[in-house]
Amino acid sequence: MTVSQAVIIGASHAGAQLAASLRQEKWDGDIVLIGNESAVPYHRPPLSKAYLAGRSTLEELEIRNLEFYAKQNIQLLDATVEAIDRSSGLLTLSNGETVAYDELALCLGSRARRLPTPGADLAGVFYLRTAADVELIREAATTASNAVIVGGGYIGLETASSLRALGLHVTVLEATERVLERVTAPEVSAFFHRIHQEAGVSIRTGALVEAITGENRVEEVVLAHGESIPADIVIVGIGVEPNTELAAAAGLVVDNGVVIDSHARTSDPHIVAAGDCTSHDYARYGRRIRLESVPSAGEQAKVAAATISGKSKEIAALPWFWSDQYDLKLQIAGLNTGYDEVILSGDPSRDRDFSCFYLRQGQLIAADCVNRPRDFMFSKKVITQRTPVERSDLIRVPAN
Amino acid sequence: MAVVTFVSYDGEKFEATLKEGQSLMQVAVNDAIPGIDGDCGGEAACGTCHVVVDPQWSETVGLSSPEEEEMLSMNPERQPTSRLSCQMAVSAAWDGLTVELPEFQM
Repeated sequence: MTVSQAVIIGASHAGAQLAASLRQEKWDGDIVLIGNESAVPYHRPPLSKAYLAGRSTLEELEIRNLEFYAKQNIQLLDATVEAIDRSSGLLTLSNGETVAYDELALCLGSRARRLPTPGADLAGVFYLRTAADVELIREAATTASNAVIVGGGYIGLETASSLRALGLHVTVLEATERVLERVTAPEVSAFFHRIHQEAGVSIRTGALVEAITGENRVEEVVLAHGESIPADIVIVGIGVEPNTELAAAAGLVVDNGVVIDSHARTSDPHIVAAGDCTSHDYARYGRRIRLESVPSAGEQAKVAAATISGKSKEIAALPWFWSDQYDLKLQIAGLNTGYDEVILSGDPSRDRDFSCFYLRQGQLIAADCVNRPRDFMFSKKVITQRTPVERSDLIRVPAN
Repeated sequence: MAVVTFVSYDGEKFEATLKEGQSLMQVAVNDAIPGIDGDCGGEAACGTCHVVVDPQWSETVGLSSPEEEEMLSMNPERQPTSRLSCQMAVSAAWDGLTVELPEFQM
């Protein structure tokens, strides 16, 4: 009798969780976890924070240690998959070798969106997605004094905070009228703008990058209105794109991500997918969404592992996110799309802790909680259970 | 070597060997203890590594910090000796420690 083999392509949050969950679901076949970073799967969120600031080693960021994979009989394979042949159940690797699968999981992740600006390929221009990216930035930062960050989203702001901690002069360039424009209310944007300014970061909004210039390496970032900002290093954080090419080439349905059902199955019954590379029809939101969220990647991976093991779980958890900047912990419950009212608890124009609650037709749908874990846990519960809330439930003095 | 016992909600016992320099959450996930998720990697951001410390041990391992308290306050399974195991830096002196796991991590 032959042993079934489950192969997971992609060894980051989703892939690592999927491998572990397969064993928890009593999958007794082989498990191969294919990654191309030649590292034990590690936590990505600390890259722009503790790892960039030099406060942690890569080993400390490991999701689970190397022994875990050995003890659980999970084979870690350092390779790049070039093609999936669904009819024969074979993967072709970039070194020409093949790997056979009975069940396949795609945890392909996402990649940093490239800046389409002249000069963006100069030495000293970085993206921040992998540990290797951060090691290069950290190395360059040791001799740099001016850092320019393109993009005022979470990655850009977290990076700004870490580079300030390293003592650099930091300028953040945001193309829209406010930082975090895509994800938060104006009050929350204004809060983070203030915090970063108080920390000595220069934030330029409405700042369109025209070109990056320099002799052999970056020297200046030129804005559309003609101003030049001196830069020894430039870090681009303008969003990510899902890695869907492998799935599309194999003929799987792709629509802003590999399309999965509520059991994490793709359009092929022997292929599941999880994480940043997927898009999924969320009953809660009544539309197809691609989430860039570690907790969602973890949940989808657990569901996918159950599906492979012949069990039935459903993707149902409320999406949530977190971000650390300076001494601030931001926890976000739910998606605020379509909100028609904002209720603030605390004063974001003055305090370092507050919550911004998003409501639609009087119902709580999302919350941004800064240094207010209790509000976050409360919101997660209320939003998940769709409990009616009063204004007085939301505005209260925090426990400490 | 110091060994800690995790007791699942339905009473099953799992032993794990402590490793200095790790948090109790890391010990649990590295040893495949079911019922400890540690989704946020140890930032006290998710609350999915909740354990209830055997009260006899609470003096040795300590009670929850204000930050853990905030995360745990909404939890219906919260006990006086509840902790987020990611905030518990393990010590060799914890040999024989028992912690109970809640029915749900939330």
